[in-house]
Amino acid sequence: MKFRPSLARLRTPVAAAVLMLVGLGASAAELSVAVAANFTAPMQKIAAAFEQTSGHRLALAFGATGKFYAQIKHGAPFTVLLAADAATPARLEEEGLAVAGSRFTYAIGKLVLWSRQAELLGEGKDEGKKVLSKGEFAHLAIADPKLAPYGAAAMQTLTRLGLADALQSRLVYGESIGQAYQFVASGNAELGFVALAQVLEDGKLRAGSAWMVPDQLYEPIRQDALILRNGSEQAAAAELLEFLRSSTAQDIIRAYGYGL
Amino acid sequence: MVELDAAAWSAIWLTLKLASLTTVLLLVLATPLAWWLSQTRSRWRAPLSALVTLPLVLPPTVLGFYLLVLMGPEGALGSLTTALGWGTLSFSFGGLLIGSIIFSLPFAVQPIQHAFEAIGRRPLEVAATLRASSLDAFFSVALPLARPGLLTAAILSFAHTVGEFGVVLMIGGNIPGRTRVLSTQIYGHVEAMEYSQAHWLAAGMVLFSFLVLLSLALLRRQGGNVLR
Repeated sequence: MKFRPSLARLRTPVAAAVLMLVGLGASAAELSVAVAANFTAPMQKIAAAFEQTSGHRLALAFGATGKFYAQIKHGAPFTVLLAADAATPARLEEEGLAVAGSRFTYAIGKLVLWSRQAELLGEGKDEGKKVLSKGEFAHLAIADPKLAPYGAAAMQTLTRLGLADALQSRLVYGESIGQAYQFVASGNAELGFVALAQVLEDGKLRAGSAWMVPDQLYEPIRQDALILRNGSEQAAAAELLEFLRSSTAQDIIRAYGYGL
Repeated sequence: MVELDAAAWSAIWLTLKLASLTTVLLLVLATPLAWWLSQTRSRWRAPLSALVTLPLVLPPTVLGFYLLVLMGPEGALGSLTTALGWGTLSFSFGGLLIGSIIFSLPFAVQPIQHAFEAIGRRPLEVAATLRASSLDAFFSVALPLARPGLLTAAILSFAHTVGEFGVVLMIGGNIPGRTRVLSTQIYGHVEAMEYSQAHWLAAGMVLFSFLVLLSLALLRRQGGNVLR
């Protein structure tokens, strides 16, 4: 009995607060976005720019595309996926877990042979092949070709160079391109195939030496994005995909060495 | 029924080899350490005890990452092994073994230490009055009395190594036949969306772990009768 008057007094401000939250929700949404690990650095910049212009908030999760697939299949609340390949988004679309027709290539990954040692890889077009066939190293790190598109590209490169069999016993496998990078960055592997985006900063090599793997040595690493079923009702998800095609986003993507 | 392929058998064999060697080496290392921890009144006891327990609370990937850095050519361990002409330990079975020993250290030390502590001072004092040297007392009194602790330590170390993942993933490099163990093999299947192979191996692992823990519980219930 005693509580009734105070409850009545509370009702108006509570209702106002609820209305305000609902109002905010309509204009500024929070999107949870699954992003391929190799795209971490550019996505952080793109997200900051997107949040500023749109007022929406992004909750970014970085990881392996295969893991995201399993999570999405089992009800993970992601609204948008930026995958490391084209196959996974296609599969999601086929299985009805994504919004049909929203899929597009947001970046084309570039493969690079990288070493932490500054002198190991010189300029030259055939430099990588030279260093690889000389074989003065104990370990060559690649991402697992079965799990990571960059790993598959690395394997294609070795095969097309005719070195796959010769170097088989020196390969060490990272579960993702992130781990392959870590093996090389910590000096445990002298050389490794990583994503150009991982070793590039402001258009320059961050450390060590690198050999740009020529495009004809591996199939293009098309990275596709799409809206997932959870995002089908969210206008913000479509806005994010639109923003990925804007010149602001594309400049950032290019600065990290991706093709478009 | 899915047949296990050669890669699966190779991973199973490697896992069993790693777990067995880890267990044997851990018992040899952990027993004196546990004995010292159970007997000493040194002021180093508390910090050392905390250090031994650390792998229990650290995320395995953190432990693995530090081991990777440590074993690298510029790490303390890496520069030592390189100077000795062994090369670096990362991506080798030896490296995995060292990682597993560190990772499972608390699982070996703690049961043995508790077993030693449970004996109390009295049996050892009696041994001393019978003119047993302290080494003799250790081997003929303390060690036999601590047998249940040793057995628990062995089972836990073995099972924990079989289930090890983060450390192996970080320092192993997942090389088939050399550092690709069961847990990383399962992980690979799951990531590659090969769920049926993953299920078979994972179900086998669940069953194995259950049987290990069940045998441990049965041994405990029968207590000293079987063990002493």
